[in-house]
Amino acid sequence: MPDDLNWAIGGEAGDGIDSTGKIFAQALSRAGRHVFTSKDFASRIRGGYTAYKIRSSVDRVESVVDRLDILVALTERTIDENLDELHDDSVIIYDGERTEMENVEIPGDMVGLSVPLKRLAEEAGGAIMQNIVALGAACEVTNFPIANLDSALEKKFGDKGESIVENNKQAARKGQEYVAEEYDYEFRYDLDTTDDDYVLLNGDEAIGMGAIAAGCRFYAGYPITPATDVMEYLTGRIEQFGGEVVQAEDELSAINMALGAARAGARAMTATSGPGIDLMTETFGLVATSETPLVICDVMRSGPSTGMPTKQEQGDLNMTLYGGHGEIPRFVVAPTNISECFHKTVEAFNLAEKYQTPVFLLADLSLAVTEQTFEPETFDMDAVEIDRGKIVDEDEVESWTDERDRFQPHFSTADGISPRALPGTDGAAHMSTGLEHNALGRRTEDTEIRVEQVDKRNRKVETAEEQEDWDVREFGDSDSDNLVISWGSNEGAMREALDFLEEDGVDVRFLSVPYIFPRPDLSDEIEAADEVIVVECNETGQFANLLERDALTRLKRVNKYNGVRFKADELADEIKASLQTEEVQA
Amino acid sequence: MSSEVRFTDFKSDKQPTWCPGCGDFGTMNGMMKALAETGNDPDNTFVVAGIGCSGKIGTYMHSYALHGVHGRALPVGTGVKLANPDLEVMVAGGDGDGYSIGVGHFIHAVRRNVDMTYVVMDNRIYGLTKGQASPTSREDFETSTTPEGPKQPPVNPLALALSAGGSFIAQSFSTDAQRHTEIVQQAIEHDGFGFVNVFSPCVTFNDVDTYDYFRDSIVDLGDDEDHDPTDREAAKTKILDADKEYQGVLYQNEESVPYSDLHGLDSNMADIPDGAPEGAMDLVREFY
Ligand SMILES: Cc1ncc(C[n+]2csc(CCOP(=O)(O)OP(=O)(O)O)c2C)c(N)n1
Ligand code: SF4
Repeated sequence: MPDDLNWAIGGEAGDGIDSTGKIFAQALSRAGRHVFTSKDFASRIRGGYTAYKIRSSVDRVESVVDRLDILVALTERTIDENLDELHDDSVIIYDGERTEMENVEIPGDMVGLSVPLKRLAEEAGGAIMQNIVALGAACEVTNFPIANLDSALEKKFGDKGESIVENNKQAARKGQEYVAEEYDYEFRYDLDTTDDDYVLLNGDEAIGMGAIAAGCRFYAGYPITPATDVMEYLTGRIEQFGGEVVQAEDELSAINMALGAARAGARAMTATSGPGIDLMTETFGLVATSETPLVICDVMRSGPSTGMPTKQEQGDLNMTLYGGHGEIPRFVVAPTNISECFHKTVEAFNLAEKYQTPVFLLADLSLAVTEQTFEPETFDMDAVEIDRGKIVDEDEVESWTDERDRFQPHFSTADGISPRALPGTDGAAHMSTGLEHNALGRRTEDTEIRVEQVDKRNRKVETAEEQEDWDVREFGDSDSDNLVISWGSNEGAMREALDFLEEDGVDVRFLSVPYIFPRPDLSDEIEAADEVIVVECNETGQFANLLERDALTRLKRVNKYNGVRFKADELADEIKASLQTEEVQA
Repeated sequence: MSSEVRFTDFKSDKQPTWCPGCGDFGTMNGMMKALAETGNDPDNTFVVAGIGCSGKIGTYMHSYALHGVHGRALPVGTGVKLANPDLEVMVAGGDGDGYSIGVGHFIHAVRRNVDMTYVVMDNRIYGLTKGQASPTSREDFETSTTPEGPKQPPVNPLALALSAGGSFIAQSFSTDAQRHTEIVQQAIEHDGFGFVNVFSPCVTFNDVDTYDYFRDSIVDLGDDEDHDPTDREAAKTKILDADKEYQGVLYQNEESVPYSDLHGLDSNMADIPDGAPEGAMDLVREFY
């Protein structure tokens, strides 16, 4: 087990919880420690409890756990909200001079450190820095070199000017000194540092960075939690590479703008979440029948309808797999962790152009809002390969024209993939349409051509199934009779759950599946195991249903749909309990 | 190449299936002539067509084209133009497509002022679905779905465009070939979003807004020496006058700066390197 520290800051939404938490995460990362963050938050801008949690260790951390060691509580409610995770050795930092915190009761044997955050911040130059005072106090409690916090403050406030940076450093020191002088506890926390350099980013940022790396130059979107970070990341960056972000009037427009850019030959993408993907459904079929390469990213959140906008769920698998009337050839790729958000985005663009299909990049809230540390080489730009598929130039046009010299954008080839001429290519002017069409892209209701075109489009999927690697990611004990399968962000919690299970003498083989469609055939693995459990964050077991159909069998399920992601220790318990039950509940 | 282009080069070899006499013939001819007149050729032209009788134009013209989803032609055109500024982008559709299901996009396309042309073939009826009321149908126009008329005022597309900050607002009549062509040509030449509402009569389902009606009522601003299209106030007065059917450029903002210029977009986004772009590693370093 990693020797980890679990730290949190909580308060009212609007208290700057997020940015303060991020600064501390940055400081830990600067100190060569691994970091995995999570957020508890309400979607209101002000009012409502919110917290930023950090799990940190010198070893890699892949998940959150049910334990909180140090809590900066800006409100009393913050303590109540976290009672389950706090323990006797926990330290709670709060401002006892605030009227509403005067009578705070520190539960059990926990240590309560009252630090006058506001007063010390004012001394350092302004009450606005009270959270930074708390970070300084946290440095003292954890014996953590404050120079790392300085460096994070420089990064955060550097462009606001030297004096702001200095004031913040000053505020941090006041918090640190106050704890050192006023309290003489022997705190049991001692944060080691290393010389390693890490980068710290979340899944949305990884998707955005992957898009730019893959040559995406056009992004259209409409803001929605938790996909907005993709758009905000790209804004200001994609322009440096000759691209553009357009904030559309709605998602109907966003997907059609991206489609237009893709028809013009740009690598284009849009990203949204549940309510927005509903609107975009209208255009899925057009993308597919006009054979336009497009990456459509759905960062899932709790549904249905407006659901729980800031909560985790993997409920849109069926929607991306089946959404839209008629039958639509498409690919659905679901990154299993934050670095994979980068790699799968690059892959999605290649798949889209090679096969001229819509590719759904199905991420989830837990990936989007988690910041995690990685070795920078994880994002190796030199390894990025671009495959644009069958784009034909002026000289090649002739080989794809009919007897009347007309270019055939939907020519039925053996592998199903037709030539693609970008607008501006001489001699290849052509149309396409959402109506069923012939090889020229013109409307037809001819029964034979209809069948030919449907088959042709589906043949692309068959070709892709043969030509691409639809790998699974394997962890744990490959000889075990206990098989756990999951998709999306559950990978991290499950990887750590393997350690808990091993401690308890339970061996498990774990397959993490990043491809929903096409997907690897796991029938053999399922057959070889005695017990098979599918883990996912939804109620109906959308992925389990697919696997049951693939393998013609019944599988056990561990589902969570209360809006909170799986935690490693909790998941280990669930797996154990599931292994002990006889029945497969269908 | 462009000097040799004739307007018939923009004609596809597909014979239109519009009803004989449909206004869309004239609208399309004018568009093709205007494209040729402005030095375009089919290989650098992208037509985005809506859904409706009018939307069939994508098939009858020869150019790069997409015939998309009902009401979403403008967003598609926006994406095409921003991705490749070298293309001449022309969006065309019906009044239902543009002012009903797509009206949200219309307003925002006007505001965005992307350098493209939008031609609405306004027949004040739903043609393709065989004669239901459209947003520009008259209040008392009886149709299969509005037996006593819609009982609501028609939208005024020119007013919508003006209030949304439109930089080029015009109207033409499909059968007045010369004027219609001139006006579309001006829309193409305009630096920004060139919007032309074209009276394009439906001879099958609209017996009120007919050729005769328009011929009798059209006031051509080309004949009005006092008309100054850069005068927004004057344009407003004309546009809000419900009793008149104007032909001509009602308003043009000569200072219009198209989206691409404001946002510094001048390259073809289709041109990308074989691997990650130069400088991509800086993106990773930012996360230290
Ligand atoms: C989402 C959707 N709803 C309804 C339709 C059916 N439909 C096709 S065209 C049309 C309206 C056509 O009217 P207009 O845009 O004025 O074009 P016109 O046929 O008169 O040229 C409708 C309602 C559709 N294709 N898609
Ligand atoms: S129904 Fe009306 S709009 Fe449609 S083709 Fe016939 S005349 Fe034209």
